[in-house]
Amino acid sequence: MNNSICHKSVRISDIILNALIYLSALLSVGILVGIIGYVTFRGIGSISWQFLSTVTSEMNNTFGILGNIVNTLYIIVITLLIATPIGIGAAIYLTEYAKPGKIVRLIEFTTETLSGIPSIIYGLFGMVFFGKTLLLGTSILCGCLTLTIMVLPLIVRTTQEALKTVPMNYRTGAMGMGATKWYMIRTIILPSALPGIVTAVILSIGRIVGESAALLFTAGSGYYLPKALLSHIFKSGGTLTIQMYLSMERGEFDSAFGIAFVLVVIVLIINALTKIITNKMKKGN
Amino acid sequence: MEAKIEVRNLNLYYGANHALKNVIMDIPAKEITAFIGPSGCGKSTFLKTLNRMNDLVDGVRIEGKITLDGEDIYGSGVDTTLLRKRVGMVFQQPNPFPMSIYDNVAYGPRIHGLKNRARLNEIVEASLKGAAIFDEVKDRLNKSALGLSGGQQQRLCIARALAVKPDVLLMDEPTSALDPISTLKIEELMSELKEKYTVAIVTHNMQQAARIADNTAFFLVGEMIEMDRTDVLFSRPSDKRTEDYITGRFG
Repeated sequence: MNNSICHKSVRISDIILNALIYLSALLSVGILVGIIGYVTFRGIGSISWQFLSTVTSEMNNTFGILGNIVNTLYIIVITLLIATPIGIGAAIYLTEYAKPGKIVRLIEFTTETLSGIPSIIYGLFGMVFFGKTLLLGTSILCGCLTLTIMVLPLIVRTTQEALKTVPMNYRTGAMGMGATKWYMIRTIILPSALPGIVTAVILSIGRIVGESAALLFTAGSGYYLPKALLSHIFKSGGTLTIQMYLSMERGEFDSAFGIAFVLVVIVLIINALTKIITNKMKKGN
Repeated sequence: MEAKIEVRNLNLYYGANHALKNVIMDIPAKEITAFIGPSGCGKSTFLKTLNRMNDLVDGVRIEGKITLDGEDIYGSGVDTTLLRKRVGMVFQQPNPFPMSIYDNVAYGPRIHGLKNRARLNEIVEASLKGAAIFDEVKDRLNKSALGLSGGQQQRLCIARALAVKPDVLLMDEPTSALDPISTLKIEELMSELKEKYTVAIVTHNMQQAARIADNTAFFLVGEMIEMDRTDVLFSRPSDKRTEDYITGRFG
């Protein structure tokens, strides 16, 4: 009798724990859906062709964010052009060339710390160093250099993780055939690590799009369209988040929500792209 | 017997650990030489000194002399790329690169600057045939090498090593990760390979050494205890320790 397996008992602690877990999941998903829903609800009304395709102007009596969209693109592209090669290079050095030891651990600890620093500190440093010392003033380039420092740790760490997952026997295999180290890295390690590197770049785009504190006093808040492709980088240029900050400050909540909606859409697109590209690459391998 | 590789008073240290002690050996050309011994005896380490793969390990110090056709492979003017072109290596775990079968085999020739497509095609086909895998993969040369079975992957790795036209082929327990049928295929292949190549193989499987090797060397805690023709070593070993090992008293 006592040996029977038919004495299913319900444990109260299990039920409570289950409920708590479901509640936590519900709460975190709910908050996310709630915010996106609310932003969409409040913001979609401000979206119009004029809002997206013109620059705010008293003379033409228009209100729009095209200048900010263009500035955001400028800052994304230039920052990545500078940060990606440096970041990948540093990651390759740290994982493939540097002898493991105190110095590598120190560099890794530093990059980790750097990625946790509040971005306003990068802003302060950028304003003083790039803006004042290097005389870039308040300009898109000054903002890009500041953001480069900010996203470098992210690119280095993510690329390093990607490089570390490449099996050791690919390396010995290639070296055993007489490949030089750089040839081996170029033909085997980097292609294998590419999905991780793409993830690093896209995550960086996400951070750049969402950044405001580091840009406010470096790239500034200009909202004019570029008059020439290159000289624009020496002009002040506010991104979407900066414009949103300014709108909130002035109490123009409708346009702030409009911009917020545009930003949410951009972030969703970036995340979807990350997924699609990394999945494609994994299949390709 | 002509010696392809001559090893004289080779000592190897991992930091303070004296891993190879005064090894002296002649490896005859166009024969199979097997290295046997219990785990940790230094047989793999010894194999890797023959194409300087130990250079990649930190804290390794090597003394003594190893010559390939009379040239010191640790000499100051030696280019390891050229050395490893002449002395190829097949590893314990099949390690095809994450690329197509064709690109795997073409990898070596491309390292050495070959770009001509027609030449590459020839080499890829000849190497795959040389490794007895051509018929199995000829219809999917552009498919990923990672889709092959373990045994096929290992033969592909042999083809990859053959593609740079080496003189010597080093094999580090090439069948220990494979099933018995794949193992037999690779053993057959090795007997064919010795027509053209000098083969040195590390194996923990004494029957394998007895089946395929012309010469066998027995290693124990960093020392090369004895080396002889395989049939002699297995039937009339001259050292008591060799006898104890091959009769299964330890190891």
